[in-house]
Amino acid sequence: MNDASTALPRRLHETVLLGVLGLVIVVWSLLPIYHMVVLSLTPPREGFAGHLWPVNPTLANYVTVLTQADYYLAQFWQQLGNSALIAVAATAMVLLCSLMASFAISRLRPRFGSLVSYLALVAYFVPATFLAIPFYQVMGTYGLLGNQLSLVLCVVAFATPYAIWVLQQNAHTLPDELDDAARIDGAGPLQMFTLIYVPLMLPTIVAVGAFALMLSWNEYLYAFLLLSDESRFTIPVMLGQFMADDAAPWPLLMTSGVIYMLPPTALYYVARQFQSSGMMSGSVKG
Amino acid sequence: MTTPATNNALAPSADLRRRGQLLSFEEAWALFFILPFALVFVLFIAYPIAYALYLGSDLSAYPRVLTDPIYLLTLQNTFVFIVFGVGLKMLLALALSSFFVLPGRGVRVISALFLLPWVAPHIPSILSIRWMLNSDWGMINTLIFKLFHVDGPAWLTQPSYGMLSIITVHIWKYLPFWTMIIVAARLGIPKDLYEAAKIDGASPSQQFRHVTFPAIAGVFLTSTMLSAIWSLGDFNSIYLLTGGGPMERTNTLATMGIRYAFRKADFEAGVVTMMSALPVLVPLIIVLLRRLREQR
Repeated sequence: MNDASTALPRRLHETVLLGVLGLVIVVWSLLPIYHMVVLSLTPPREGFAGHLWPVNPTLANYVTVLTQADYYLAQFWQQLGNSALIAVAATAMVLLCSLMASFAISRLRPRFGSLVSYLALVAYFVPATFLAIPFYQVMGTYGLLGNQLSLVLCVVAFATPYAIWVLQQNAHTLPDELDDAARIDGAGPLQMFTLIYVPLMLPTIVAVGAFALMLSWNEYLYAFLLLSDESRFTIPVMLGQFMADDAAPWPLLMTSGVIYMLPPTALYYVARQFQSSGMMSGSVKG
Repeated sequence: MTTPATNNALAPSADLRRRGQLLSFEEAWALFFILPFALVFVLFIAYPIAYALYLGSDLSAYPRVLTDPIYLLTLQNTFVFIVFGVGLKMLLALALSSFFVLPGRGVRVISALFLLPWVAPHIPSILSIRWMLNSDWGMINTLIFKLFHVDGPAWLTQPSYGMLSIITVHIWKYLPFWTMIIVAARLGIPKDLYEAAKIDGASPSQQFRHVTFPAIAGVFLTSTMLSAIWSLGDFNSIYLLTGGGPMERTNTLATMGIRYAFRKADFEAGVVTMMSALPVLVPLIIVLLRRLREQR
C-alpha cells in the first residue's frame, strides 16, 4: 500500500514476479515443518531414506506416541501434562505480576514508578541464556533444583518484564478521566484495578498471556538444566533426548514434535484474530 | 488529571495525601501493587546477576578460559554469527517488508504462513532441520544427489558449513518476527507522504529512499540492536543443530558458557565465558534504554 504499484493495476510481469517471490517465501518457511510432517508419516525404519514425500504413509507413529509404546516416549502424556501445567501456572503468575506492576506505574504514578519501569526494561533486554549458570546455582540455594516450580519462576522472571512494558505502553492510551471519575465516586486503588484497569486492558492481556504461554511451552535450555527426573520433564526436554544417538527413532521424535507444535500454533492464529499484530505491538518502538 | 507525584501540591488528589508522610496514600498502594514484580526481580534477576559477578570475580578462572584455543575460536564464531546472522536477517527483513506491505488476500495468506517458523516451537523444527541436513540420509543431500548426481556437503560435520547452517537456521527462525516489526512500522507511515512524493514524480525506489527509509530508520536501528543482543543469547540454533561440534568448532559464547559450566562442571569458567560478551552487551543495552525511553 506504500508503493506506487498499488495505485495502478499491477502489470503482468510484476504479478508473475510477486507470485514467484511468494512461492519462494512459502517453500522456505514451510520446508522444515513439511519435513517434520513427512517424517512423522514415515514408517520408523524408513527414516533414513530422505524421501521428499511420504512413500508409504502410515499413522502408526501417531499410535505409538499416543499409546507411549516406545522407550523414549514412555511418559509422553505425563510430560505433555507437565508442559501444560507449567505454562498455565507461569502465565497466571506473569499476568498477576505484570498487571499489578503496570497498573501501579501507569495509573497510580508513584515517584518510584519510573525506576521500576526502567529496571523492567533492563531485565527485558538481558538475554536469558546469559543468566542460566547463576540462575541454576541460585535455584540450588533456594532448594528448588529438580522442582517444576523453578521452571515456572524462570518463565515468570523472563516474561514479566516484557509483559510490563507492553501493558504500560497500552495503559497510556486509557483516558485519565476514567480514574478521576472513579476517585470521585470513592473508589480506591483496588477497585480501580479490578473494575477499570483489568477489564479495559483485556485485549492486551490476551496478547501478553499468549506470549507467556508460548514462551513457557517452548522453553528448552532452562527446562533441561533445572529438571532432572523424567517424570517431571517437559516435552522439549524429552525431545532433546533423541539427540543422544542417531539410532533413536527420529520418525517418532518428529511425530511427537508435530503433536507438541499444534497447541501453540493454534493459539497463535486464534490470538492473532483477537488482536491483529498485538503480540508484537509495543515490543519495539523507536 | 493526576500529575506526577513530584507536583504533589497541585495534584487534585492532594487531599488524600497527608503532609510530612513519606508516601502518599496512592504511593503506598503503588508499593503494594509493585511488590510481586519486585520480589521476582530481586530473587530471580538481581540476585543471579550479582551471583554471576561474584563467580566472575574469581580471577583464577580467566587464565583457564583465555588459554583454551577453543575459547578463541568461539569468540571468532560469535563475531561471525552476529555480523552475518543479524546483518543478513535484518537486511532480508527490510527487503521482504516491501512484499508484505502490499495489499491483497494472497499477501495476507503468505504472511500467515511466513510466520510459522517463528510461531512453531524451536525444538522440533530445529531438530527437523538437523535431520534434513544430515549429509548421509538427509532430504537436502538426497535432493542434491537426485538433481546433480553429486554428494552434497557435510552441512553439520564440517565447521564452516556448520556455521553456515547455524546462521541459516537462525535466520529461518527469527526473520518473520523482525520482518513483521518493520512491516508494522511501514504501515504507520502517513499515506500523504507517498502522495506528495508521487506528485513530485518520485519513482518507487526514490520513494523508498526518501520517504520509507527515513521514516523507519529509527525502528530499524533499534530492532537491529535488540536482535544483536538476543542473538548473543541464541542457544537453541547452535546447540540443537551441531551441538557446538564437530570438536567444539561451532560454539558461540552462549553454548560454550553452558558447556564449561555443565559438561565440565566449571561454573566460574562458564560465567567468565558469558561475561566476555559484556563489552558489547552493556553499551548496546545502555543505548537501547536511552532510545526506548526517549520515545515515551
